Amino acid sequence: MKSNKLTIAGKEYNSRLMVGTGKYATNELMVEALEASGAEIITVAVRRVDLTQMGKGCMLDYIDPKKYTLLPNTAACYTAEEAIRTCRLAREAGLSDLVKLEVLGDEKTLFPDNEELLKAAKILIAEGFTVLPYCSDDVILCKKLEDLGCAAVMPLGAPIGSGLGIRNPYNIKLIMEAVSVPVIVDAGVGTASDATLAMELGCDGILMNTAIAGAKDPVAMARAMKLGVEAGRLAHEAGRIPRKLYATASSPLTDLIGS
Amino acid sequence: MQLVVNGEQRQMQPGSTVADLLDELQIPVVRVAVEVNLEIVPKASYTQHTLADRDRIEIVHFVGGG
Repeated sequence: MKSNKLTIAGKEYNSRLMVGTGKYATNELMVEALEASGAEIITVAVRRVDLTQMGKGCMLDYIDPKKYTLLPNTAACYTAEEAIRTCRLAREAGLSDLVKLEVLGDEKTLFPDNEELLKAAKILIAEGFTVLPYCSDDVILCKKLEDLGCAAVMPLGAPIGSGLGIRNPYNIKLIMEAVSVPVIVDAGVGTASDATLAMELGCDGILMNTAIAGAKDPVAMARAMKLGVEAGRLAHEAGRIPRKLYATASSPLTDLIGS
Repeated sequence: MQLVVNGEQRQMQPGSTVADLLDELQIPVVRVAVEVNLEIVPKASYTQHTLADRDRIEIVHFVGGG
């Protein structure tokens, strides 16, 4: 059986669930949800310091840097150039080479602009970044991203924040067959069974934000996601029975009573 | 001298450094990144990097995101 640990760029993680830190009503609630999720990798965005809030604390004051690996994203970047600039700033701010690279193509769908994504990935990898690209669930694209040297591929399950679940499990399966870097489903899950499905398919990990932060009770949903991911992974490793059209009895068909 | 900091006009004494600016803004150096005219200033250079009139400065940090 394969090791039960997720390895990204040589580093092992016990949790296969990665979570975002956006959209929480309070920092306290965010911390509680992060705890409940068991995640070790958490995404953050890079933004201007609000100069009207001078001297006040920031989100990172609530996060234990020993406990979590920060994964800065390039959310809201629509060109390779913007994304590269954001990654360089993130590296300077966080002193780490790890980045979630996203280059968006459209505000309505937030689908990736894969052409710009490839362009940015190539430059960032040359600059020594460990690139985890948010990308379309396209097997050819994922192979290209792997060939460029990305440390993982992160195909979307459905549009960001949509909660539609894994819209094309067959594509995700094809991607897993085609690449040897970790496949992490990023975006689109709505509830725990979506996460379970992704893990049952054999994905190495899953990244989500809105499904937890947007739930009525984010802490309870974070725990549900943790359990869902664990259940799905275990089921994948256990090996499910094949699907059949007709029944197979579970009880013996011999030594039946009276006849 | 006149600076543009995170898109806003700001006056500072000539000869001020990046460190002086962060200090004035009460921004802790840990986990911010500073760009002057699109060039990143490494943390180690904050005390040496002197700002010039009309410099455009971006000071960024991490916020919640997905």
